[in-house]
Amino acid sequence: MEDKKLLEIKDLKVSFFTPAGEVKAVDGISYSLGYDEVMGVVGESGSGKSVEAYSIIGLLQSPGKVIGGSITFEGEDVLAFSEEQMRDFRGNKVSMIFQNPMTCLNPVYTIGNQLTEAITCHDKSVSKEEARRRAIEMLTLVGINNPEKRMNQYPHEFSGGMRQRAMIAMALICKPKLLIADEPTTALDVTIQAQILEVMKDIQKEEHTSIIFITHNLGVVAEICDKVSVMYAGKIVEQGSVNDIFYNPQHPYTKGLLASMPRLDQDTHEKLIPIEGTPIDLLDPPQGCNFGPRCKECMKICLSKKPPYAQVGDEHISACWLHFKGNREE
Amino acid sequence: MEEAKKLLEVRNLKKYFPVKTGAFRKKQYVKAVEDVSLDIYKGETLGLVGESGCGKTTLGRTIIRLYEPTSGKIVYDGQTIYDSENHIAVDMLPYRRKKQIIFQDPSASLDPRMTVGEIIGEALDIHKLYPGKAERRERINELLDAVGLNTEHSNRFPHEFSGGQQQRIGIARALAVDPEFIVCDEPISALDVSIQSQVVNMLEDLQEKLGLTYLFIAHDISVVRHISNRIGVMYLGSLVELADSFELYSHPIHPYTKTLMSAVPIPDPDVTRARQRILLEGEIPSPINPPSGCRFHTRCPYATDECKERTPILKDYGNGHFAACHLLEKA
Repeated sequence: MEDKKLLEIKDLKVSFFTPAGEVKAVDGISYSLGYDEVMGVVGESGSGKSVEAYSIIGLLQSPGKVIGGSITFEGEDVLAFSEEQMRDFRGNKVSMIFQNPMTCLNPVYTIGNQLTEAITCHDKSVSKEEARRRAIEMLTLVGINNPEKRMNQYPHEFSGGMRQRAMIAMALICKPKLLIADEPTTALDVTIQAQILEVMKDIQKEEHTSIIFITHNLGVVAEICDKVSVMYAGKIVEQGSVNDIFYNPQHPYTKGLLASMPRLDQDTHEKLIPIEGTPIDLLDPPQGCNFGPRCKECMKICLSKKPPYAQVGDEHISACWLHFKGNREE
Repeated sequence: MEEAKKLLEVRNLKKYFPVKTGAFRKKQYVKAVEDVSLDIYKGETLGLVGESGCGKTTLGRTIIRLYEPTSGKIVYDGQTIYDSENHIAVDMLPYRRKKQIIFQDPSASLDPRMTVGEIIGEALDIHKLYPGKAERRERINELLDAVGLNTEHSNRFPHEFSGGQQQRIGIARALAVDPEFIVCDEPISALDVSIQSQVVNMLEDLQEKLGLTYLFIAHDISVVRHISNRIGVMYLGSLVELADSFELYSHPIHPYTKTLMSAVPIPDPDVTRARQRILLEGEIPSPINPPSGCRFHTRCPYATDECKERTPILKDYGNGHFAACHLLEKA
């Protein structure tokens, strides 16, 4: 979108060293995110979409380890941050909301207490009253009625949707430039999901926060994202604008995903076209393309060599040997 | 559908669960299913949608009497299997052969200490089907084959399988006794997107081949719309609308269904961004103290005084399109 990039990730590799062997959860992904941009990361469970996000914000837990690549945030090398710098970075510049808000809120503190703590932690000069005022303002912004009363309540007194709103308020209270949302609506019902998505869209418009939106729900992506990365087994297989991905998908996995999902607005009853097979075992990845064993258009080369990226449009890339087929025949 | 044979008739079914709440441990009831009446025809798939806590799973389980109903009447294939007024509650064992269930979480519904062969074979033993050892083994292999698993899988344990394969075992177990009617309780919600469509297709193929009738319960409305002939929408224990699955999406008539349909994101950027979304205020009230009258009135944008006082009745508004709303009665 803009020339200056907020976040740049180059060839990031994250592995988990388990007793059974090395699991390459994220295997060389690169992307950049501009200011005021919303990127969706789509993938199945185990595709590495959450791990990648955790490594940006430094929450990767043992036995997970970043083993290669770089993460640059506004020109600064995130991976080189000391523990103290990281603490300042988290919350102030990047914050995160998680799938299950109940496990992220402290059950023994009031919501108000947890919100004001987030402010005073980062800026000791803020007075108690000022922090409280800002917390109430934030709760109003995310659509919580009666914020003064809600401030004194505990997480268990909130419903699921309300807790997720409180989480969003907490994540945005220090006005970060980047918000990472890890499946924020997966645990919620559709009507509540719709409410939360509206809140996130409104806030994005108002505060111009960039968002990385991790989900497996393509419908949600279509609604909120500007661009999309499709992940499969630790790699980004296709990346492009939301229109590229939905109207002109190039990678067989993306095509397969779109074809396998029933659509509510279809008025014909056609059979779904499933992606056959099961996701690969990351402990024993194939030599060639990770998607090769399940791909309908799999060729010989796909089983022996990893496919490089092909530029299939402006800012639209896809990692598949099919794009190179024509070239080689010429 | 009109001439089709009624397989299951449910009338005024209620299921309350006792709970003790508050400082004085006062006994109260969670009114999980409140006065639900519906028919299921032979060979069809009836979908059931609604948000968590709306009672769709409870309804599914009560229909096959895994939960004992609080009151109401259930008629299966012309025979009354439960009637609270006339105190009829028949022995379910012969009916269990005809009515099976597939559960949501495959890893929790398969005994980890039994092999796949034992899990599938257990039902055969209970109903004394296929008594010969060779026959029994053959039947198990046949079932594994029907759900797309290998015959050598019968000696393995559930944990050795992926989620999608575990769900296939659950389906094979349900099919073992040659049922007519299967309650599919969120059979695909625990599975990955790319695996979901495999299981949906398999359920459709099996239905065609074996002439099964499904009650398909799920919160993913797109999937339910895809697999079902008719769909029922539940809100807080009540059935608010019931219609043909295409009709329900294109012409929902109950205010809650309209909201629900507009809330489902569609994987098409232009369509989904152009759509007018109806947002609901607030959250679902507690089923312990449900609102009086129409249970939706606290969140309904069109609620009137009448809605607070009188419970609307499910009525046919043409072509088998049922809804329960006072607004429609006036129109």
